[in-house]
Amino acid sequence: MNYFPDEVIEHVFDYVTSHQDRNSISLVCKSWYRIERLSRQRVFIGNCYSISPDKVIERFPAIRSLSLKGKPHFADFNLVPYDWGGHVYPWIVAMAKSKVNLEELRLKRMVVSDESLELISSSFANFTSLVLVSCEGFTTNGLKAVAANCSLLRELDLQENEVEDHRSQWLNHFPESSTSLVTLNFSCLKGEINLAALERLVARSPNLKTLRVNRAVTLDSLQKILSWAPQLMDLGVGSFIHDPDSETFYKLKNTIVQCKSIKSLSGFLEVAPYCLPAIYPVCSNLTSLNLSYALGIPASELIKLIRHCKRLQRLWILDCIGDKGLEVVASNCKDLQELRVFPSDPFGAGNTVVTEEGLVAISFGCKKLNSLLYFCHQMTNTALITVANNCPNFVRFRLCILDPTKADPLTQQPLDEGFGAIVQSCKGLKRLSLSGLLTDKVFLYIGMYAEQLEMLSVAFAGNSDKGMIYVLNGCKKLRKLEVRDSPFGDAALLADPGKYETMRSLWMSSCEVTLGACKALARKMPMLNVEIIDDSELTVDEALCGGAPVAVTADGDDKQKVEKMYLYRTLAGPRNDAPEFVCTL
Amino acid sequence: MDRGLGLEITELRLGLPGATAVVVEKSEKKRAFSELTDERKAAATAAPRAKSQVVGWPPVCSYRRKNPAAAEYSKNRCVKVSMDGAICLRKIDLSLQEGYSELAVAVKKLFGCDALGEGLKDEEKGEYNKLIYEDKDGDWMLVGDVPWEMFIESCKRLRIMKRSEIKDLGLPKERDFLRGAFQLKD
Repeated sequence: MNYFPDEVIEHVFDYVTSHQDRNSISLVCKSWYRIERLSRQRVFIGNCYSISPDKVIERFPAIRSLSLKGKPHFADFNLVPYDWGGHVYPWIVAMAKSKVNLEELRLKRMVVSDESLELISSSFANFTSLVLVSCEGFTTNGLKAVAANCSLLRELDLQENEVEDHRSQWLNHFPESSTSLVTLNFSCLKGEINLAALERLVARSPNLKTLRVNRAVTLDSLQKILSWAPQLMDLGVGSFIHDPDSETFYKLKNTIVQCKSIKSLSGFLEVAPYCLPAIYPVCSNLTSLNLSYALGIPASELIKLIRHCKRLQRLWILDCIGDKGLEVVASNCKDLQELRVFPSDPFGAGNTVVTEEGLVAISFGCKKLNSLLYFCHQMTNTALITVANNCPNFVRFRLCILDPTKADPLTQQPLDEGFGAIVQSCKGLKRLSLSGLLTDKVFLYIGMYAEQLEMLSVAFAGNSDKGMIYVLNGCKKLRKLEVRDSPFGDAALLADPGKYETMRSLWMSSCEVTLGACKALARKMPMLNVEIIDDSELTVDEALCGGAPVAVTADGDDKQKVEKMYLYRTLAGPRNDAPEFVCTL
Repeated sequence: MDRGLGLEITELRLGLPGATAVVVEKSEKKRAFSELTDERKAAATAAPRAKSQVVGWPPVCSYRRKNPAAAEYSKNRCVKVSMDGAICLRKIDLSLQEGYSELAVAVKKLFGCDALGEGLKDEEKGEYNKLIYEDKDGDWMLVGDVPWEMFIESCKRLRIMKRSEIKDLGLPKERDFLRGAFQLKD
């Protein structure tokens, strides 16, 4: 390869697209490093605090697509205080200043302000794609700026964000000249939408392939939209309630029949069961179905619907489908690869629930299953062993037993053997979430067998430091470990400090780790940020007496237990935007 | 976590709300989930079982928690009911009714048989009061045309229209279920 001119090598590199492969290429030799970095267009930063924006731009001046992740995963479950960080603004400022030709921005769990959105829309003339997942901090005013100014916009994809509605009529601000939309997803927006503006926008967007609307879009508006966009492949429905005997409903049924390309259906944010038959005509082509927000559909209706969906590869559903419903899935959906069963009533003891029986049935019927998220009321070792034998292809296995320390109800034993079977059988397992009664033994199995494991989530599990040490020693490819309410302490934390430089991050909350151990680790490993998070508030009395929240510092009793610790490798040093309740040791 | 402001009841602690206040020191807060449940089970005989107070469990992401699909569908649906000629309006909770028949009975109970009695006298002539409702679009619709679930979704208020106004609308005779209801004796 050294005999080829740079342009040729660069051309070869164009065929190498995965981030990991490009990272590997850059390590081969100096000239490959140089050629690779100058030609790299897509950059993925898994932790926005691991490197400064300037360094990224310096290394990859040709960057066009940036993906960033901010808060740790447990932020999804309110374990990370509001205001912890993860702001995207500094990144936008840096790229605007350096005149980066940014085209795509993908953000997950970040704080995105309206100023950020406005700056994006005014700084990057070729901006085409904005994907925001589980973000917050912006309002419909920010969206207005994006709609109005990003004239080449192809993709606006808002997934599960917290967006304040300022009645901005943002949709109206797409100019008449805007005809390039391919993806428009605003299902998470809570406010009203100008339906006429939406219909006109869809009518002038011939390339529109994905449209996911919010609850404000009614069924009759949906009918008009679909009549303009029969080429849609991915549809997210808003409100799906109407008089089934009406002319509108009749028109909708006919319009849906024309949409022969729909492969993915989601939404149904408001739905009446008697309206569902309207979608039967598209079910036979569906590869992806998400009914996880559609409460109020009885299991019998869900089952009727599923019987039409023989080609499903991905199914997200609520547990009201019940074990019997999952048996129907198992017998109908032979191509199923991904299943997510969400709890319809997370805090109650509902009548229609799913247990180990549903999962076992799925494992017998859906041999291609490789990704699972399953909330259930109970699980047995026998069931897990059966599932492990039937489905050795799991890449993601996330089990959540609603009572997190529940033993096997048949034997009263911990679920160590069951999960052990999973990790032993599924040689390609990359992500695992545990629950149920678990001892150190399950971690021994994980350390021994889970060779490809990259992410492990632990809650209320284990007996001693040994558990965590098994995992740190055994899982060579571990990137993210998150632990809560488990008896892992200083010995586990300090067993192998170097390990953390091979990982993206470690989260430990409500464990047995002390301040002293965290300080020792921080001293030993300067390339780690070890953050202590303390978000307990002042009492009213303290506030009235003129007290201010005491900033978390490193001066405290070393023996004191640390409530929340988050550490991550970084080239950027301690971050300068940490709030008072965060202390980087 | 909230302390003070009378919000002790929401604080993570060992024991049921209302039990003698045991403010747990920070270092002791990390108890196994089973210990938390054991404490609650021990107290359960004396009081109803408390819901889990463990933060962030089950691990349903906060977006999903804040936007459960059920939130709007099963919410309280109290609508005003007016009757032409009556000074005072009443309110009725649609979510407590099971269907149109029950609704008619409930409406009749609110306004008494006198209010509808006048109508009954003339029912042989096909003239009696009608129940109409205002829908989300602001249109006045005849009660009974659409499936019940759809009706309670879209009904904003109810009105009992006097027979004297009905004549001009050219509406057909009262539907059977409503007719039967209005004939019920108190």
